[in-house]
Amino acid sequence: MASASTVQDGLAGQGYVASPDLAMALHLALALGRPLLLEGAAGVGKTEVARALAAWKGCELIRLQCYEGLDAGQAIYEWNYQRQLLAIRALAEGGETGSAVEARLFSEAYLLERPLLRAIRQAVPPVLLIDEIDRADEEFEAYLLEVLADFQITIPEMGTVRAVTRPMVILTANGTRDLSDALRRRCLYAHVDYPDRATELAILEARCPQVGAALGAQIVAFVQDLRKEALEKKPGVAEMLDFAAALAGLGIADLTEDAGVLQVALATLLKTQGDRAAITTEVAQRLAGRAA
Amino acid sequence: MRGRVTRFAARDAGPAARVVGFMAHLRENGFRLGIGEGELALAALVEAGVEEAAVRRALKAVACGCAEDWARFDALFDAYWRNGGRVRSRAVPVGTPQAARSAMVGEGAPGLGAGAAPGTEAAGEGEAEGDGEGRLIATAARNLRRKDLREVVSPEDIRQAEAVARALGQALRDRRSRRRKAARRGEALDLRRTIRASVGTGGEPVRLMRRRRPERPVKIALLVDVSGSMVPYARAYLAFMAGLLRGDGAADAYLFHTRLVRVTEALREEDPLRMLNRITLLADGFGGGSRIGAALAQFAATYARRFVDGRTVVMILSDGYDSGSSDELAGAMARLARRGCRIVWLNPLKGWRDYAPVAAGMAAALPYLDLFAPAGTLEDLAALEGELGRL
Repeated sequence: MASASTVQDGLAGQGYVASPDLAMALHLALALGRPLLLEGAAGVGKTEVARALAAWKGCELIRLQCYEGLDAGQAIYEWNYQRQLLAIRALAEGGETGSAVEARLFSEAYLLERPLLRAIRQAVPPVLLIDEIDRADEEFEAYLLEVLADFQITIPEMGTVRAVTRPMVILTANGTRDLSDALRRRCLYAHVDYPDRATELAILEARCPQVGAALGAQIVAFVQDLRKEALEKKPGVAEMLDFAAALAGLGIADLTEDAGVLQVALATLLKTQGDRAAITTEVAQRLAGRAA
Repeated sequence: MRGRVTRFAARDAGPAARVVGFMAHLRENGFRLGIGEGELALAALVEAGVEEAAVRRALKAVACGCAEDWARFDALFDAYWRNGGRVRSRAVPVGTPQAARSAMVGEGAPGLGAGAAPGTEAAGEGEAEGDGEGRLIATAARNLRRKDLREVVSPEDIRQAEAVARALGQALRDRRSRRRKAARRGEALDLRRTIRASVGTGGEPVRLMRRRRPERPVKIALLVDVSGSMVPYARAYLAFMAGLLRGDGAADAYLFHTRLVRVTEALREEDPLRMLNRITLLADGFGGGSRIGAALAQFAATYARRFVDGRTVVMILSDGYDSGSSDELAGAMARLARRGCRIVWLNPLKGWRDYAPVAAGMAAALPYLDLFAPAGTLEDLAALEGELGRL
């Protein structure tokens, strides 16, 4: 029987190190057919979960990136207006009129699938990633609830499209706005935190094998300490990997080796001016010394 | 739903009942759970197996809904499952979905919920409506300078203030949504409807359909200083705060002195007297010192991330006398401003003749303000309507 550890191993095979909590939540989401809501700070690997899951299951990843102003035309489906206009002219010249034209115009050929519609019409159940749901407006959230409840979409001109297979749905949020209780209740939930030292080391080994063990341990210790500093934007896992790749690329073997290079490489970790100013050469050296 | 529970009960009546009891335990501690979650929890346990760690994780994924729940879950789990004697007496008998139902009633009217709850502890359950309150009661005794807000504000004041707050709220409601909706007149063409209509005219788009951005109300986040120097104005401000929240479902309210408390939930209380009681408990430290910078920094780092966006007006009511450092205040204001909100600072002293914002805190905050205006009384607030409309 599949269990949480199967999920954990499967994801590990794709280079994603999942915490036991997350693995269990994913396992339940798959077993019970429920959407999974992932929350956590930016850069802890929420989006990456979906990617690893799709790679592991060998299915397609369909991603819907939410933003303020997202509407049905971009999320579900849209008619191809230009083609429709041309077709109307052509058909009129051909002598066709009335309901025949209409039936032809509002058919599959003129339909532009957007992520949600595409996700429910796949023969193999895909992973549907609804990224940063908290950026979309409340109205869209309400609509999404409907889709997630029945997995069917009604197109007035064509009728109701029912899901061929149920996609595995993963939603991510990082607290731009409060989500509705209804959405939270429909989903299973997992909070993704910055990984602990051992986990982060495992991630680094899986993703950047070119970084040696000694330097790897230093990098992880350095980044973990850096997160404890009062920063506007704490470096995430992706930043840590960039940092490691940068150091490896620069041919550094030890963090305390060259203060100037370390300071330059910090550009991969600190993304705001305030943070750059806060981590001076002295602070960086102190952290590096502690990590070494 | 019954089918599943009974299937479980056929094997062993214990676990299912205890899980339902656990869900009730979480509910009492402020988790938003319904019957559906109880059912889901049982289904999840079938999948998860019987190991304690697995059970804990499975229930965590089902029961939690937000980061706060996630952080508190483990302690609550231990309190229930590792404290045998007390818990077993509370476990809900299988086959009577009463507990779940009473808890649903409890969401709306806690008093009713207690009556229907089974077991000997029914009365106690009604009181422990939310874990938050219990904690606050415990801390209320800490500060001897606590004042009773009922002496400061009367229910009549609140009614008056409601009218003012409503007018101000309306003045602010002119932000446009970025989504477009179908409309008779609007700036953008609605191609979908235009083409649909053109079918009847042989492909000539005779009737042009349009879309436009609907008006969307702005949210107001109100931060009121209740430190010692602000006591003379507290009456007007608290009434205004209560009025605003009762009229506007999206508004959000905070009190601060040496620390910051969110009072939105308390202000939504139906009965004005009960509301004042709850706020009095929350406003522990009322009339004491003020650390505006620290309070705003806390706001910017926590609540603002969830509740403040580009469609929010943050209204700060304070005299700007800060016992903390002005750098901290400037930093907090900068962070807040970066969320894209508009910031209005209403200062009761500004109405004074020859007033200059010399208080270090006030001077530090000035560059970030969209509007800096005087407001000491309800009348002053009412007069702001025009200014706010222009924001």
